[in-house]
Formats: sequence, C-alpha cells, structure tokens
Amino acid sequence: MLKFLSRRFRGGIHPESYKNLTNAQGIDQHFWPRNVFLSLQLRNGAMLMPLVKPGDTVSRGQLVAKGRNDMVAPIHAPVNGVVTGITQHFSSHPAKLKCDTIIIRANGDRRWGESHKPQNYLSLDAEEIIARVRDAGIVGLGGAGFPTVAKIQFARKGGAHTLVINGGECEPYLTCDDVAMQQYAAEVIAGVKLLLKASGTHKALIGVEDNKPAALEQLRLAAAESDEIEVHAAPSIYPMGSERHLIKYLTGAVVPAGGHAGMLGILVHNIATARAVYQAVRFQRPLVSRVITVSGKGIAAPRNVEVPIGTPVSELLEYCGGVSDSTARLLFGGPMMGQVISSPYIPIDKTVGGILALTEEEVRPRPQSECIRCGQCVRACPMGLMPFQMAAYARLSDFSKTEALGVGHCLSCGACSYVCPSALPLVQYFQFAKGSINANRLKAQRSATAKQLNEERVQRLAKEAEAKAAAKAAKAAARKRPARATAQESES
Amino acid sequence: MIDFEPKSGPFAHTSNSSNRIMYTVVLTLLPAALMGVYQFGLASLQTLLVCSVVAIIAEYICLKLLGRATSACLDGSALLTGLLLAMSLPATVPMWLAAFGSVFAIVVGKQIYGGLGQNLFNPAMLARVMLLICFPVEMTTWAVPTPIDFSGNQVTVPQGWLQFDGVTAATSLSGLQHEPVSLAAQFFGSIGGSLGETSALLILLGGLVLLYRRIIHWAIPVSFIAGLCVPAAIAALIAPESFASPLSQLLSGGAMLGAFYIATDLVTSPTSVRGQLIYGAMCGLLIWLIRSFGNYPEGVAFAVLMVNAASPLIDHYLRPSIFGSKSAVEKS
Repeated sequence: MLKFLSRRFRGGIHPESYKNLTNAQGIDQHFWPRNVFLSLQLRNGAMLMPLVKPGDTVSRGQLVAKGRNDMVAPIHAPVNGVVTGITQHFSSHPAKLKCDTIIIRANGDRRWGESHKPQNYLSLDAEEIIARVRDAGIVGLGGAGFPTVAKIQFARKGGAHTLVINGGECEPYLTCDDVAMQQYAAEVIAGVKLLLKASGTHKALIGVEDNKPAALEQLRLAAAESDEIEVHAAPSIYPMGSERHLIKYLTGAVVPAGGHAGMLGILVHNIATARAVYQAVRFQRPLVSRVITVSGKGIAAPRNVEVPIGTPVSELLEYCGGVSDSTARLLFGGPMMGQVISSPYIPIDKTVGGILALTEEEVRPRPQSECIRCGQCVRACPMGLMPFQMAAYARLSDFSKTEALGVGHCLSCGACSYVCPSALPLVQYFQFAKGSINANRLKAQRSATAKQLNEERVQRLAKEAEAKAAAKAAKAAARKRPARATAQESES
Repeated sequence: MIDFEPKSGPFAHTSNSSNRIMYTVVLTLLPAALMGVYQFGLASLQTLLVCSVVAIIAEYICLKLLGRATSACLDGSALLTGLLLAMSLPATVPMWLAAFGSVFAIVVGKQIYGGLGQNLFNPAMLARVMLLICFPVEMTTWAVPTPIDFSGNQVTVPQGWLQFDGVTAATSLSGLQHEPVSLAAQFFGSIGGSLGETSALLILLGGLVLLYRRIIHWAIPVSFIAGLCVPAAIAALIAPESFASPLSQLLSGGAMLGAFYIATDLVTSPTSVRGQLIYGAMCGLLIWLIRSFGNYPEGVAFAVLMVNAASPLIDHYLRPSIFGSKSAVEKS
C-alpha cells in the first residue's frame, strides 16, 4: 500500500472523461477519402523532397517524399490514385500556414501497391527491424511525432534497459488507443517485442489507465506468455499519459527536471506506435493510416475511424454525420492539450489522434474574474509549480521571475486552467512567457555571436595591420639593405 | 458558430467558479449565524443584516469610483466579509458601529489593496481589531443568551429576545478564572459571546462541508487546532489552576470560526500545503499566547492579522518542489 502511494505523483485532476461516447464501438474501417493532401513541411519546419510529379499514378504504400536524414520521416501514398498537383495548401499548423503539398486524387481501390510475403518476423535481427521502421516512416503516434527510428537508435546508443509503453490516454474523449488495444492487443504485443529487440531493452512495462478494463484484459491475455512484458493498470488521473508521470508510476524512478527519460535508460513509445511497428516489420507496410477518435457532442455519430493520412478534416467530419450548429470549437487532439483547427480544409497528419467538435456546454467558456489565490492550481499542478504566481509575473511581462518560478518545467497540460474557479487563461500566460523567454534567449545568443564575431574581426584587423606594418618594415629594410649592400659593394 | 480563431487550451473547465465558492462559504456559515439569532434575539439579526448590506453597498461604491464592473459587488466576497464581521461582533453592538466596521473592512481592508484577491489582511478581522481598539466598551459588552424556549407544548419568546439592545454580561474568556462554563454548553452554543462564535458544533459542521467540497484544505484547520491545543495541553498539565484546558481553549471565543473560516480565507493564506501547515500552527500558537499572557481577552483576530502579514513570505520561501528537481528526488 505504501509502495503504491509512493509511486503516485503529486497533483493531477479528474476531468469529465466522455470516453463512453466512443469506447465500445470498435474501429470503423470503411472510410475512404476522395483526395489526400500530404504536406511537404513538418510542424517543426523540416522540409521533405517530393519524389513524384503531377500526373503520376501512385499506388498505396508507394514512397512519395523523403527527408534529408532520419530525423524526418518519409511519406508514402496512403491511397491508390493520381497526383493532381504539388501546390501550396494549408498545413496542419494552427496559424493556417501554407506549404508545398502533394495532392492525390484517390480511386476506390484499397489494395496495397506492393505486397510482401509475411515472414517469421521474430527471427529478424535488430538492424533489419530498424531498417524497416525507418522505411515505413513511423513517427510517435502519441502526439509528439518524433521519428521512431531516431528514438530507437538513441536508446541503443545510450544503453537503455527498460521500454515503457504508454497506454495512458488520459485526455478526455480520446479512445483511439483504447479501441486499438481492445481489437489488436496481439499486434500491439508483437510490436512491443520488436521494439524490445530493436532497442536492446530487456523489459517492457505497459501502463494503461484503469478506466480501460477491456483493453487491459486483452493486453494481459496477449502478453500472458511473454515474461519480459508486464501490463500494469495505472490510476486514471490526468495527466497519467505524460511520460514523466507514467514512468514515475510504473518504475518509481523520477526523470530529472529539465532532463528526459533516456537519462534513466528508459525508452517510451505509444501503444499505437507499437502496432505500427508490427505492421511495418511483418508486412513491410508503411505508416499511411491511423486510428482517429472523432467525438464530442457536436458530432452526429461519434466513433473511431481508420483514416488515411492526409485526409482533410471536412471529409472525415462529413463521414461522421457532420457537425451540429451548436459546435463551438473544432480541435485536433484532446480538449486539455489539443490544438484549434483553424480551417476545415486542413489535412490530418501522422500526429493527430482525435478530432473533436465541442459544444459550448462542453467547453464551458466563462468570464474571467480576479485570482482569489484559492490554491487549486497549486494542488492540481503535476509538476509542483505555482501557476497563479507564474501567471501574475507573466502578465506583468516579468519573464525572469516567471522563469525562476519554473515556467520552463510546465508541461502545458492545462490542469491548472481546468480547475481555476476564476477562469484565468493560465496556459496562455505560460505559452506567452515561454515564447518570450525563448525569443530573448535566441536574441541574447545572436548578440553574443555577433559580439564574438566582431571581436574576432577587430583582432584579425589588428593582426593584419600588424602584419602589414611588419611587411612594410621588412620591405623597407630590404630596400635599405640592398642599398647598403650596393654601397658596400661599391666601397669594396 | 464554430470559432476557428487559434487559442490556448484547455477546452474543458470545471463547473466551479469564484462566485460559487463564496456563496458556498456563506451558506455554510448561515446555521451558526441563525444559532446566534436564536440565542441573542432580534438584535443579532439586525447586526447581521446591517453588516452584510453595508458591506455590499460599500463594495458597490468603491467599484463605481474605480470604474470597474459594479456587478462584481454581488460576487459573494463582500457579503462574506460583512457576514464574518457580524459574526465576530457582540450581538448587541450599536448599529452605527456595525456599519462603520463594514465600511472599514471593505474600503481599508480590501479595496485600497486593489480589490478582490489583492488584500494582505483578512478584511473582517482588520475591521474587528480596529473596532476593538477604538470602541473597547461597546466591543466587550457581551449579550447574555435569551433563547426561545421550545420546551413543553408551547413556544416561549423571552422579553430579552425581542429587545434590540439585548441583555449583556461578560464572556467566557474574560471571566475565565471566575466562573467555569461547561464544555457542552460551549460546544452546542448556549453561552454568551460574539454573535456567531458560540456554537462550535455548527461551525465544525460548516467547516466539514467546506472540506468535503474542497474549498478549504485540511492543512490549515488541523495545524491551527494543533498549534492552539498542544501548548494549551502542556501548560494545563504543568499549571492547571492558571491555564484553561485545551478543549476549553478550542471551544471558546472565535477559535473554531478562526480555524475553519478566518485563517482559511483563500486570499490571505498561503497556497502550498507545507506553507499552510506552518501558517496554521503559527496562528494557533499566537492565539494561545495572546489569550494566556496578553491584555486582550480574545486573540483570534490579532493572531490572524499577524500570520496574514507572514503569508506572502511563506509563499515565497515554501514552494512545492518541482517534480524531478533535486529536493523532490531526495524525498521520494
């Protein structure tokens, strides 16, 4: 009991979950888009080079764009069809940024372009698994979108010993991992085995919130024969799906503040990523679709749908019965950390796990009032910060104080804003502070670099002048010397 | 209408609000206030009404002068301040004094600091201390309970109950050494004293509701009671003839109201659990010191103001440790 208590983390909240809207219906496999839009720029700004041109016929699973290195996952055609253009289109960035986009008109054929014979995938060696994961363009499907192959390689180099599989899915509404575990537990476990082998870790801990009993049961059955895989039920507290908090719960170890899981020899992957790894290694199928929760009270028929990457939001919403007039917000991801969909024509990328249409009743927008220092945010913060104080300093643009109070450790999980009785936009203050602190740091770095360059230039100029003077002196001396020499010659 | 404008999350919120918190506190205070009316008669009802209404009017005028939204005068915070002040006054104070106290609480105690959430001191206690210093005679003339009699088959309303100036005598604390009051009477509230401080039972019940609704945290009441009772118990063991017993300390005067309603005031108390423990303990200890060695018969208001002053410092030095920072790792 005491051990159990010591593994809990401080803070956290219990938001209304709304998971029963979608968690019992399985996965809808029938959706097929008319057009897909594949952005050639990732959210972090990295660019991809297109390998097709307008008019080309592409088959499902064909490589259509690749990046410069392993840090940029390649993109494959999610459908069979024709490339109708490579033009500027909305990326999934919330600021409605446009970037070069491959547009493919899909035909109804859903077969894979190339089918590989299924092999005994468990006999493949680590290099082969890594190569197939790389070729499949898999990224972390939990939301961060970091290339999986890079993560595995860092873990191999760093000598990681434990693999943590994150089945927390603590955001309200989202059930895409839940239903995937219920329906494809065996594939998830197979993927975990492949990840263990590829990363050189010895033990896998799967953490699933205890509000998903069916998923837990399926996983336990699937993992029953594997001694190296343990399935654990974690208490349902938001944000249990945060890497640091799940690690604390599963292993008792604490990731140092400002550090990352790799420092403890722990590699963390999402449930859906594990399944994608299985698909990539066993069938050599690239990541071209993913399970997405379409939910919220604004959706006529909420469900989990297998969606080809690049589908525009509008097509998927239409498929799920459209949105009602009372919808106030469209979101990518969950309501706590999700991102506003700023246009219905934005395509879905690999990191999107949910599309929510929330009504005003669910968002509960309230007029902001004065902070009454009630301390709810302090008790809710899973990172041990004092949100109301940080917000007060951020409001005054006193960023050095905000930073000293630890805004850099803030996860932006939104627990503080959720509980705030005065409806303060705390996360917004912290984002503002973090952005300004980053900008200031960049500015300071730039000016330091400029200063250094200028100093070097001054020194170089001084050196050059010195050298010039020395050369001049030498020349003068040389001029004199021959003169003297001739004089000597004439004397002799 | 779908709002496509990007904004920071979260897009979900609790149904809780500051107004709801304030009105919940007011509601949980009402039983103890009504007990005061039952005990001391119509005079106390008049005090309660005058303090509450004047506080709201003063808040309205301040907001108007400051050019802020005047609807905020009904957010429950001014009402709560007025109610707490009334409950800490003797039931039979003159009405002008009650009204003056209310205005002082709102203007000097709260609005001068910048309004809701900005004040350093608990406004009600600040007003109470001001009244105690300026008008010592009125403020220590305690009403004698003249409760309505429900015994038998008929309801008897005593003459004193209907009088607006009540019947007055000394309180339990000022007469501590002379006539011992039974603990049961203190617990249920059939004693003389401030209007709303007599029934420890009803205040305790209200406090438990606040704890259950998570409006206050257990740290302050628990450490407050420990800070008061532990030294009282030690002193009573050493010299029982000159010190009151811990239970009597706890049940008399404003100690219970202080533990659950005044020291726990959200605005003026620290926010971290460690800070709250120290704050509550300091408050309890100060009350015991003032009561046992001070000139004033009652120390709750003074003690609360003194720890209020320390509360920003406590918040500054006793922050929760950041998850994953060195101190947090050592602890786990």
